[in-house]
Amino acid sequence: MVIFGVALLGFCLLVGLILGQMLGVWMGLSANVGGIGIAMLMLIALSHQKWIKSHLDSGAAPGIEFWNAMYLPIVVAMAAKQNVVAALDGGWLALCAGLGAVLASFLLLPLLAGNKAEQIND
Amino acid sequence: MIDSIVPVLTANSLITAFVFIGLLMALCSWLGHRLFSGRIHSSALAIGLGLLLAYLGGTITGGNQGLADVSWLTGIGMMGGGMLRDFAIVATAYGVQIDEIKRAGLRGGVSVIVGVVISFTVGAGFAVIFGYRDPVSIATLGAGAATYIVGPVTGTALGASSTVIALSIAAGLVKSISVMILTPLIARRVGLTHPGAAMVFGGLMGTTSGVAAGLAATDPKLVPYGAMTATFYTGVGCLLAPSVLFFAVKAFF
Repeated sequence: MVIFGVALLGFCLLVGLILGQMLGVWMGLSANVGGIGIAMLMLIALSHQKWIKSHLDSGAAPGIEFWNAMYLPIVVAMAAKQNVVAALDGGWLALCAGLGAVLASFLLLPLLAGNKAEQIND
Repeated sequence: MIDSIVPVLTANSLITAFVFIGLLMALCSWLGHRLFSGRIHSSALAIGLGLLLAYLGGTITGGNQGLADVSWLTGIGMMGGGMLRDFAIVATAYGVQIDEIKRAGLRGGVSVIVGVVISFTVGAGFAVIFGYRDPVSIATLGAGAATYIVGPVTGTALGASSTVIALSIAAGLVKSISVMILTPLIARRVGLTHPGAAMVFGGLMGTTSGVAAGLAATDPKLVPYGAMTATFYTGVGCLLAPSVLFFAVKAFF
């Protein structure tokens, strides 16, 4: 049943966010530390588990695949609700700081990503 | 006629958002093929157009939620909000190669710390160039260059002025939006073509929305790898910026 897939996805997200929240509290922060990442790892691990895999193979998988495919439109909606006006209102300092951080990070990418990236870069 | 249309659209806001975004993407797919003959990815076009509409929405309504502040388009706020976004991001992990994650796991982890430090340094550097001399403001602006959440968290913890906190949020927004726009343009040149590089990229940039949209416009297959490391960034930033990094700034000023 499709709902099993949706429920598995929801379960992973909730557990991941709760663990991320607990990790944040433990570190003394008011932020969720890696909740989504934990949820993703959980989904990968659980979907390979024998009993769950048999359910996914017999009709539950579309419940996850649908949301996987909805990712792009959701991201487009997310772009459409960004506070672009505030970003531009921040003036030159905000523009330089934000853009500078992005460019510096891009420059570091081939260095940190290792050989494979450098080959392509050549 | 308008009197009967708008209430229906408003009452079914999420459905309206599905239709609206669907039409927007159909338009971009058509434009991508016709106007740019496939040279610009239609998803990159859709994200760009989304940002443009967000600017128009923000200008017209004066709100801070872009297009979602238009009364009959509030559903966009829900569709593009944190809940569904996180749900869809986790769904992208389905079918991911575990070996790739194991192989690049360490590099990904290192890149998160390097990413926070480098963004903080650049942000703090520009704060100094623009004339700030007190360590609290410098650290808050540096934190804002990490993400628009790390900025205000750091500013509040250190007791920065509300002007500086607002500026740090703006810096974070600029970062997030420029990652969305620039990633598809320079991905190939910096070797962002395989899962390992995507994990490092997510860790370096950190802005979950920027990474999510930037990779979606570059190569949807890379999304889960980048999102996975990016999700640790804000937490690490909130940990390092008001503590170690603030003390480092204090040593200079």
